Amino acid sequence: MEGRLANTWRLTVNEKKFVETALQSELRVDGRGLYDYRKLTIKFGKDYGSSEVQLGQTHVMGLVTAQLVQPYKDRPNEGSLSIFTEFSPMADPSFEPGRPSESAVELGRIIDRGLRESRAVDTESLCVLSGKLAWAVRIDLHILDNGGNLVDAANIAALAALLTFRRPECTLGGENGQEVIIHEPEEREPLPLIIHHLPIAFTFGFFSEGNILVMDPTYIEEAVMGGRMTVTVNANGDICAIQKPGEGVSQSVILHCLRLASSRAAATTKTIKDAVEAYNRERALQKVKRHSTSAKSTTSGPTVALKEVHKESSEHELSPGVSGGPKCDDESSKLRDANKEHQAAPSNFIGRPSSWDPYSEGVDVDSVKASLASRGGEQRSIPSEELNDSGDDGNGGSTSPMDISEGMKSSSVLSDAPQATGQRDGERTLKEAVKPKKKRKKKASSATS
Amino acid sequence: MEYVNPEGLRLDGRRFNEMRQIRAEIGVVSKADGSAVFEMGNTKVIAAVYGPREIQNKIQQINDHALVRCEYSMAHFSTGDRRRQKGDRRSTELSLVIRQTMEACILTHLMPHSQIDIFVQVLQADGGTRSACINAASLALADAGIPMRDIVASCSAGFLNSTPLLDLNYVEDSAGGADVTVGLLPKLDRVTLLQMDAKLPMDTFETVFALANEGCKAIAERIREVLQENTKQLEYRRGS
Repeated sequence: MEGRLANTWRLTVNEKKFVETALQSELRVDGRGLYDYRKLTIKFGKDYGSSEVQLGQTHVMGLVTAQLVQPYKDRPNEGSLSIFTEFSPMADPSFEPGRPSESAVELGRIIDRGLRESRAVDTESLCVLSGKLAWAVRIDLHILDNGGNLVDAANIAALAALLTFRRPECTLGGENGQEVIIHEPEEREPLPLIIHHLPIAFTFGFFSEGNILVMDPTYIEEAVMGGRMTVTVNANGDICAIQKPGEGVSQSVILHCLRLASSRAAATTKTIKDAVEAYNRERALQKVKRHSTSAKSTTSGPTVALKEVHKESSEHELSPGVSGGPKCDDESSKLRDANKEHQAAPSNFIGRPSSWDPYSEGVDVDSVKASLASRGGEQRSIPSEELNDSGDDGNGGSTSPMDISEGMKSSSVLSDAPQATGQRDGERTLKEAVKPKKKRKKKASSATS
Repeated sequence: MEYVNPEGLRLDGRRFNEMRQIRAEIGVVSKADGSAVFEMGNTKVIAAVYGPREIQNKIQQINDHALVRCEYSMAHFSTGDRRRQKGDRRSTELSLVIRQTMEACILTHLMPHSQIDIFVQVLQADGGTRSACINAASLALADAGIPMRDIVASCSAGFLNSTPLLDLNYVEDSAGGADVTVGLLPKLDRVTLLQMDAKLPMDTFETVFALANEGCKAIAERIREVLQENTKQLEYRRGS
C-alpha cells in the first residue's frame, strides 16, 4: 500500500512517550494550548487564482484554472469543480513522486466534499451553453512542506485561490448565437466565481482513547495520535463535511468537537476574507494609477507609483477635469472597456496595463512640484463627482467592472488626507521614499492640523 | 421531487426510521480464512479475509503489531453504467477509510510480524455501499476468528424534505441532501467511523447522527444473531 517505507521518518519510543505524557497535563510540545492554531499567513501570487498558505511550518500552494469543456451528461447545466493534490517529495521524506498516495487522495476528497457537495461554489453559473460548453474549474494543491495538519492548510489555500480567481468573460455570438467568444483579459474584465459560503476545515487529533483532543496537530503529534477527525464548517453554523476514520470515540466527544469547530469558523473566515480584500485592493490600485494614491499605496512600491503618477499629471496638467474628455479617450483606447464607462472624470482615471516599466521614463522634480500644486486644487472637487457617478456604496475591489471605479473611489476618499503630503513627496530621494509610512503619517497629521 | 409523501412513506414504502431488509451469510468463499456476504436491500457486498498470515512484503513489516490491508472495489456490473477501473479516487479513499475503521477494532498487537488482508467487493450498488462493506468485513473477520474489540456496525442516514431518513438508497442518496455514515462499536458505544457530505445545520446534524446510531445498533443485533446461528450450525455438524 505505502510503497517503500525505507525513507520514512520514524518516531522514537521516547519521543512518543514524551508527547503523550505532556498531553496528560495539557501541555503541547510547541507550547500551544490544546485548541490553539498556529500562525496563519495567506499570500497571493501574481496571477489570478494563486495562493500560498502557511500554517506554522506547513506550507501549501493552491492554484485555480478553468477550461471550457463539455458538461457531464447528467448535469448539462452545470460546470464542474475538480481538485488535484500533489504531495511534492520535497515536503516530506515519505512522499514519493508519481501516483498520489492514499493520504493524498483522502485529502483531495475531504476538500472536494467540503467545496462541491456543500455547494460552496456555484456550478450553475459556470455553464455557457447548456449541454455543450461549461467551465471546468480545476484546483491544484501543492504541498510544499509538511509540518502537520495538511488538510486545514490545503483547504484554506483552495478557498483563497478560489476567491481571487477570475475567469475570462465569454459571450455568445456568431451566426446563430451558438458560437462562444472568449474575451481576453485586456478586452473585458474577467469575472470572479460565485462563492456562496466558505467551508473551513478543522482537524482534531485524539489521544489516549479519545480522552484528550487537540486542534491543529503538528507533524510529531500526528505520528503519535490515536485517531483524528476533520470537520468542515462554515460561518453560518452549517456543517459541510466530516471525516473521521479509525479510533473509537464517544458521541459526546464528537459533538464537543463540532461545537469547537463552529465557534472558530467565524474568525478564520474573517481572516481569509480580509486577506483576499487586501489583495483585491492592491490589484485595483495597480491597475489604475492616480497621484493621490501614491501616498497611501504601501503595496506597489512608492517609487513606482510616484513616478508614474507624476508623469501622468505632468501630461495632463493643462487639461482640467471635465474637458479632458477627448484627450483621455485616446489614452483609454488602450484601456479596458470598464474604464470607458466611467470616463466622466477622466483625467484621474489613467490606467495603464500592468507591464509599464517605471524606470524607463525619467521625471523632473520641478515640473512635478508645480503640477502637484495645481492638481491639489482640482483634486478636491472631483471626488464628489465620481462618487455620484459610481453611485452605489462599496468597498474596494469586489466584482469586475465596478472593481476599478470602486477601488479608485475608496482611494479618492482616503486621498483627502494624504494628498497634501503628495506635494512634498516628489522632493525626496529614493532612499527616503522606501521608508514611507512613518514620515507620511507625521506629515499627514501636520498637514491636516 | 418528493422523497417522503405526506403520510410519511418513502419512495420504497418505508417509514423514516425503517431500514432495508438485511441478509447476511458467512463462509461463502471457501478458500478464504473468513468471508461473508451482506445485503442491505438491493446493495450486495461480499468480503473475504485472509490472515493472519506471513507478511508478504518484508519492508512493510511492523514489529509490534499486525499490518492490516484493505481493498475496496466495485464490480463493473454493480451499477447501471459500467464502472471505471478500481484505481479511481473514490475506491482509494474508501479502502483507506475501511482499513482504518477495521484497524481500530482488531487487536493487532496480538499478531506482530503478520498481515491481515480484507478484500471487499461490491456486487450490487444501491446506496449505502460503504456501510454494507464495513458490516461484511466485520462478519468476515469474525468468521476468520481474528480477535477484535467489538464488531463494527455501520449505517447511513440522511435528511430530505425536512425529515431525517435512515438507510438511504441510491435515489435518496443522489438527491443532493446530506448523507451521514456512522460506524459504531456497539458494546463500547464508541463511534469509529463518521463521514458526512453536503451541508447540514448543527442541530439537524445531531438528530441525523442519533438516528444513524440507532440504525447501527439494530444492525449490530442482526450481525450478532447471524454469528450465533452460524456457531450453532458448526456445533451441530460437529455432532455435539
